[in-house]
Amino acid sequence: MGKKKEKKEINEKVDVEAVEIEDDTWWWLTHKGIGATFLCISVFALLVRVAVSLHPYSGAGSPPKFGDYEAQRHWMEITLNLPVLEWYRNSTGNDLSYWGLDYPPLTAYQSYFHGLFLRFFDPDSVSLFTSRGYETYVGKLLMRWTVLSSDTLIFFPAIFYFAFVYHSSCHSSRKNDCAWHIAMLLLNPCLILIDHGHFQYNCISLGLTVAAIAAILSQRELLASCLFTLALSHKQMSVYYAPAFFSHLLGKCLRRKNPIHGVAKLGLTVLGTFTVVWWPYLHSTDALLGVLSRLAPFERGIYEDYVANFWCTSSVIIKWKRLFSVHSLKFISLTATVLTCLPSMVQQVMAPSSRGFLYGLLNSSFAFYLFSFQVHEKSILLPLLPASLLALEERRPFKWLMFYGLFSMFPLLCRDKLVLPYFALHALFMLLYHAPCGHGGRPRNARPNNTKFDYFDSFKTFMNGFIYLSSFILHIVYLTMHPPEKFPYLFEAIIMLICFYQFALLAFYTNVKQWSLLEHSTTEEEKKLI
Amino acid sequence: MESSSSTPQLLWFFAIAACVKLLLIPAYYSTDFEVHRHWLALTHSLPLSNWYADETSPWTLDYPPFFACFERFLSIFAHYIDPQIVDLHNGLNYRANSAIYFLRISVILSDLWLLYGVYRLTKNADVKRRYLIWVLIVWSPALVIVDHLHFQYNGFLLGWLLLSISFLQEGKDLMGGFLFAVLLCFKHLFAVAAPVYFVYLLRHYCWKGLVRGFSRLSVLGAVVVAVFAAAYGPFLYHGQIQQVFNRMFPFGRGLCHAYWAPNFWVFYIILDKVFSFFLKKFGFSIQIPAASFTGGLVGDSSPFAVLPKISPSTTLIMVLLALSPCFIKAWTNPQPRMVARWIAYAYTCGFLFGWHVHEKASLHFVIPLAIVAVQSLEDAKHYFMLSIVSCYSLFPLLYEAQEYPIKVLLLLLHSILMWLGFSTKFTRASAPNTTVTAKKKGAQSKSIESSSPAAEKGGFTIGWVGKSYLLGLLLVEIWGQFLHPYLLGDKFPFVPLMLISTYCAFGIMYSWIWQLRCIISTA
Repeated sequence: MGKKKEKKEINEKVDVEAVEIEDDTWWWLTHKGIGATFLCISVFALLVRVAVSLHPYSGAGSPPKFGDYEAQRHWMEITLNLPVLEWYRNSTGNDLSYWGLDYPPLTAYQSYFHGLFLRFFDPDSVSLFTSRGYETYVGKLLMRWTVLSSDTLIFFPAIFYFAFVYHSSCHSSRKNDCAWHIAMLLLNPCLILIDHGHFQYNCISLGLTVAAIAAILSQRELLASCLFTLALSHKQMSVYYAPAFFSHLLGKCLRRKNPIHGVAKLGLTVLGTFTVVWWPYLHSTDALLGVLSRLAPFERGIYEDYVANFWCTSSVIIKWKRLFSVHSLKFISLTATVLTCLPSMVQQVMAPSSRGFLYGLLNSSFAFYLFSFQVHEKSILLPLLPASLLALEERRPFKWLMFYGLFSMFPLLCRDKLVLPYFALHALFMLLYHAPCGHGGRPRNARPNNTKFDYFDSFKTFMNGFIYLSSFILHIVYLTMHPPEKFPYLFEAIIMLICFYQFALLAFYTNVKQWSLLEHSTTEEEKKLI
Repeated sequence: MESSSSTPQLLWFFAIAACVKLLLIPAYYSTDFEVHRHWLALTHSLPLSNWYADETSPWTLDYPPFFACFERFLSIFAHYIDPQIVDLHNGLNYRANSAIYFLRISVILSDLWLLYGVYRLTKNADVKRRYLIWVLIVWSPALVIVDHLHFQYNGFLLGWLLLSISFLQEGKDLMGGFLFAVLLCFKHLFAVAAPVYFVYLLRHYCWKGLVRGFSRLSVLGAVVVAVFAAAYGPFLYHGQIQQVFNRMFPFGRGLCHAYWAPNFWVFYIILDKVFSFFLKKFGFSIQIPAASFTGGLVGDSSPFAVLPKISPSTTLIMVLLALSPCFIKAWTNPQPRMVARWIAYAYTCGFLFGWHVHEKASLHFVIPLAIVAVQSLEDAKHYFMLSIVSCYSLFPLLYEAQEYPIKVLLLLLHSILMWLGFSTKFTRASAPNTTVTAKKKGAQSKSIESSSPAAEKGGFTIGWVGKSYLLGLLLVEIWGQFLHPYLLGDKFPFVPLMLISTYCAFGIMYSWIWQLRCIISTA
């Protein structure tokens, strides 16, 4: 009798498992292992990128200045036709006021190689002077393909490396979660819109950063510092992550037997990489300072357009630009940035951990986005990256950030005539996020029903819903209505206010979260000691 | 319960595809875009009696009346979006964003009908099979290429076909026949399967004793006549019926399209060329016909140098001959579960031996075959090959550089999804699953049992023949895209296309033989 019962129970168990498998929409996608899953999702991601690249780029058909597309094309033209030392200098061949090169040398080298590619197929598109404002079918195609190839060659492998490291370290994660995470990482709508729509090469610097992060997670610190240095030398914006890298590596070194040795090794790696990349400009201080001054365009003011950071938002009340000189503003913004970075840095120095490192990246990039000098709307990509790396742990905040990150770029993308890809990618992201039986849709880790928090929770959901709804209405208003003549940038300002409010909230939340990790780990350590 | 819970998931599949299709809106579209835009204008601005008589544009209406009504329906909305879209004269070659967005989005939305067909077909299937079918049909790369890039409404039309099949599979023959009649009034090219429908319905629906059978036959006949009367009646009333048929069946088109569809006639043409070449070498005086096959339109003169001329009636006879085993099977053993196979087979025959076949017609059998592709390992292997070949044969439709990565990635993604899906389906044949399938498939459970040991061993693999064939496909593509322009320049511009259609023709022939064997061998 007992045996029978047992058997029945086993049968029921099997049935339940079978049902689970049956229920699992993605059983077929994931069963061949992470490689096949990644391959499938990356082909889809690539398809989406190619489809987005059909759309217009920034400054399409708008002489005389055009946009970022023309800037990148112009850099190819400059690097291809001029000697290395003239790239960053005003000369007869190089007019810096027309899209002068203002990214670090690795971008210049990348432009050079892409320029070679363009010259091979379409020499007119990169000829000196005559190619300004060159816009043709083939030219656009070739330029788009350079971004696509950079994405496939750098960003995708980096994500694979990260996903491999991240998901092999935590065995508890289901295959489905892994697939979902890869999809979230590869189909980040903001990144796709900026790189393949608006036209930039963020995939390179962000890809190098992701590779560096993955290297840190797999305990290869030297490789990580080398890769991060490369990211820094591709786009100075990568400095947003520097505090996190610095504090995490420092914290780790301090825990070693011979901290000085460790720090020296890392420092030498960083310096060595820098030397290699910057070699042509290291012969004279003039050349080096010339390049450096190009990289930091302080004359452009503390903010531009309507970016949802502290300075721009508060300028509605306090006219920073009028009250302070550029010099003092530099100092103020630096202090504010460092102060907001500090908590997360201190946490990492005190207790370096992989999770804490990811939070640290998010927090330091948030700090820079909110408080640093000369922030662009597109810089929201930088906090978004660590947020997407943390997507499995911070599902709701990730979606939240993605939503408002996209929203904050909406005016920019409207100007680029990328409204359709904006909505299509937004929808695609939400669909993938809420994939049936996937992670987002399933309340697997639903928190226990505490009646205590019910009132607060309902208020929160009400507020969230209200803001979601109002931002949705704002989308439509922005597209269909003209602002009053007195305030031509009224809608941009409202969008900025909403987004800033959300970003600030999120930054506060993630900082608290990072610090709560510390408590968690110490209590665990104490437990272990006991 | 199961079916109600599956609807949101199916919609999810659709929405994902719709997002990609929306992104593809600015891509290349063929002259079919202007054709359909013109039809919108034509049906909107002219009275019914003039629809088939109008000659404002060379793109005269040549689809049956229901499709014209569909265009009339769309034109109501088009008029609100931008009146110029439906302006008969000012709208000619109108390419504003409003027109492009409207037409493209109308195709995306009309795919909902296909979705409904898929939903009806799969609502009783088990979960695994259902997802696979959705992936195969809703995310079909061929449909994206033909409908959403090249521009046509095949998804919508195939929706009718799938609906009809779903009713037939449930044993609701009258409804199935009715839907097929409706489909015929949307696009008459679907008529290739009509003989199969006729035989099947006659045997399975009407052959029930004298009195009952006769009453059923008259009901069926009445339904079909009613559908056709609804479609053509108004034109008959206006005395336009002759004009309608003249438009729908234009004479003077050649055996092959400008780009040869990968069918039987490719071999025939090549054989003719080879013969004439050798006969000439041996000193015979052979007149090489002036009309070349790359020109599309061929007049009365025979385009063949040696082999006998092919007339439309020859092709008709060949199609019917190729179909005859299917007729016999449908007559001796009419089983609802075989309907999808028979219909797909009929379209395969029409594609292989038909007159003036367009490569897009391969959709007519690839999409219905997706339903049976998940039934057994052998089916899956066959579908894997066929789907890749037919999708590849559509590549020449998109000849511009901008769409090149899109079509390649679409095919690649589809192949990966098929490979992942099929290999999972046929390697993890868990115990409860096989019992379910065995129950559902009744007589076919034998074939499953015979295939399951193989599944446990290796599962879904393609043999070396298949692998080398697919590799050859890659070589053909590399030759056509890179080596040919590089080595030969502008010389022999037709060779890459000819290679593609010849090479794909082998694959389609294989599929035809495979399907034929499958139909004959099932008890």
